[in-house]
Amino acid sequence: MNPPLPSSGSPLPSSGSPSLPPPTRIRPPGGVVDRLRRELFSTPADGMLSLALISVISTGLFSLLRWGFVKAEWAVVQVNSTLFAVGRYPSAEQWRLWLLTTLLAAATGITWGLLRAFPRPDRSSRPWPRNDFIAVAVLLLLALWTPWALGLKLLIAARWLGIATLLIALRWLAGRFGPQLSRKRVGWLALAWPLLYLLGMVLINGGLWMATVPSARWGGLLLTLLEASFAILICFPLGVLLALGRRSELPLLRWGSVLYIEFIRGAPLITLLFLGQNILGFLLPGGMAPDRVWRAAWVLTFFAAAYLAEAVRSGLAAIPKGQLEAARALGLTTPQALQHVVLPQALRIALPVMVGQFISLLQDTTLLSLIGLMELLGTARTVMANPDFLGHYGEVYLTLAVLFWCCCAALGLGSRALERRLDPSHTPSRS
Amino acid sequence: MATPWWRNRQAFPWLMQALVGLVVLLLIAFLVGNLVRNLTAAGLLLSWHWLGQPAGFDIGESVLPFGAELPYWRGLLAGLANTLRAVIFGLIGATVLGTLAGMASFSSNGLLRRLVRLYVEVVRNLPLLLQLFFWYFVVFLSLPNGTDALQLPGVVLAKSGLYLAGLQNGLQWGGPQLVNGVWQAPLRMSVEFAALLTGLVVFSGAYIAEVVRGGLASVPRGQWEAAASLGLGWLASLRHVVIPQALRVIVPGLNSEYISLAKNSSLAVAVGYADLYSVAETTLNQTGRAVEVVILLLSAYLVLDLLISAAMKGINQLVQIRER
Repeated sequence: MNPPLPSSGSPLPSSGSPSLPPPTRIRPPGGVVDRLRRELFSTPADGMLSLALISVISTGLFSLLRWGFVKAEWAVVQVNSTLFAVGRYPSAEQWRLWLLTTLLAAATGITWGLLRAFPRPDRSSRPWPRNDFIAVAVLLLLALWTPWALGLKLLIAARWLGIATLLIALRWLAGRFGPQLSRKRVGWLALAWPLLYLLGMVLINGGLWMATVPSARWGGLLLTLLEASFAILICFPLGVLLALGRRSELPLLRWGSVLYIEFIRGAPLITLLFLGQNILGFLLPGGMAPDRVWRAAWVLTFFAAAYLAEAVRSGLAAIPKGQLEAARALGLTTPQALQHVVLPQALRIALPVMVGQFISLLQDTTLLSLIGLMELLGTARTVMANPDFLGHYGEVYLTLAVLFWCCCAALGLGSRALERRLDPSHTPSRS
Repeated sequence: MATPWWRNRQAFPWLMQALVGLVVLLLIAFLVGNLVRNLTAAGLLLSWHWLGQPAGFDIGESVLPFGAELPYWRGLLAGLANTLRAVIFGLIGATVLGTLAGMASFSSNGLLRRLVRLYVEVVRNLPLLLQLFFWYFVVFLSLPNGTDALQLPGVVLAKSGLYLAGLQNGLQWGGPQLVNGVWQAPLRMSVEFAALLTGLVVFSGAYIAEVVRGGLASVPRGQWEAAASLGLGWLASLRHVVIPQALRVIVPGLNSEYISLAKNSSLAVAVGYADLYSVAETTLNQTGRAVEVVILLLSAYLVLDLLISAAMKGINQLVQIRER
């Protein structure tokens, strides 16, 4: 569950780095046939290996496809698609989730367009790079294919298509008219995201004039994303503080941070969740303890903070001491120096590791199913306990696997895009 | 002009520290006070007598003998032994798989390289729990039983378990045999253990493959070229030149993977293998002794982590290059 931590001198294998070619070979030019021959049949032993691998892969692929198109019964996913999406969220209140999805799509479209409209000053960039066309095509394809594959009603399929169209339209508008705005005003727009998050919480939970939906009825993808995003958001400041505490010269802060980080990192998450469910009620005065969903969310947050602290610490360790000293010499106080000089550099260096932690945090939300919460995997287990769908493990797990894989891969892609944008070297971008 | 106290660079940090310490102490006092008050109200004040009472539950399989009439502490010990069994076999399997996969990502065969890449990307982007459910429900529980069971040389895979060839009755080599429709063999593994072990090995193997790949990549290309120019083949240069240098990068990375594996073994509860966590959960449900059980659980895993770290530290000292 926990990706490798940067212990002394390990060369952080990032999940995205392409596989290196064997060190003694240089890539000569040539056509597809030449390349195939070189890659697969350069020596007799390689040729034998390739043939064996090709036969194994094709057999496996063939039986998987045959299972997927002939044997598998996808009704278990189609019938329960709402359950997988939002759990037992009351259908009369589901308009709030539609509204939230629409707002999120709109914000995504505008942000995307503005990011293209305001490229880094030192880099040339086109308003519509090739990757964006691919992303739009994938988005449209998903918006058309998924509702059809899930057998959704026409009205709901139309909603999804509408949301996707809105996203793309706002992407185009923001890209087209964004440059007319001033850079400062656009910076203020970034505040829309935290506001949107708060609004989302209110919409999901209820409040203001809306009826409260108890957290026990949240479920499926909604609960997974909610727990993961909450933990990611709150663990970030906690993790940074802990990392600073661990590197502090004040012994009390240092030892407190070390104790906390090592305690959390030494325990499996499931035991901590177990602790949260069984002991948190004893630790707080009666009635003050949060309910099961929020208990789990806080445990996830405190858990993630310890791992994030280690990621940030690896970034801090990479910043030469002279940076802080130079900032202090310029008259900045230590907090100012940390805020303006050290942390921006350290966080940028730690970014790939931090995103790795976030990805594993998203995966770790599946453990909530073991303490009885109805997130994606918990929903899957209840669905499969239904006598109508008994034994359809393959279909459900494959669906979840695709869903998780896409979420994690998307986080990884976003991280790499962010890395490129924050890369301090003044090189023209290639994309 | 005297500097005000909040600008005093000697005193201010200590004041800050004292303040933070005070807040933390107050928080701890508040929590512990509540704990004691609530536990007293529930009649569950810290005590260890219940450990000696008969457990009243049985666990599916265990290395140490256990039965319902034995006390709780024997049950927890049996769970710990089961955890250790999963961790030890998992470590060996994951190391072998990860090393092979890590080395294969430097193969001259493009297909093999891409296959390893695919394996790593798929496994690392899927939750371990989902993978464990997959191995247990989709793979191992759908195996046929009896004569239809999957028969490989020396191994039989059936829904009732995995049957392996081995030494029996002294020094006789025996394979799995079908006796009255039931498989029998010198070594039997339950499907629960097999699913857990497969899941852990495949998952940690992918992470270890990345550690090994990173370690091998850290060796400068010139070392390969120098080895090749001395007439060493691919395998010989790997063994005599590259691996000794890569190990000092790989071993620290392996340490955190091994600790992860030990902690991940606690997901055994999902596939019904009676490991320490699973026994502890049952114990808590029966006795209600939440605090004691959690203390035992956390300290057991902490000790396990420390043992692994200590062992890896020893290995690390062995592989470091001794400089004159």
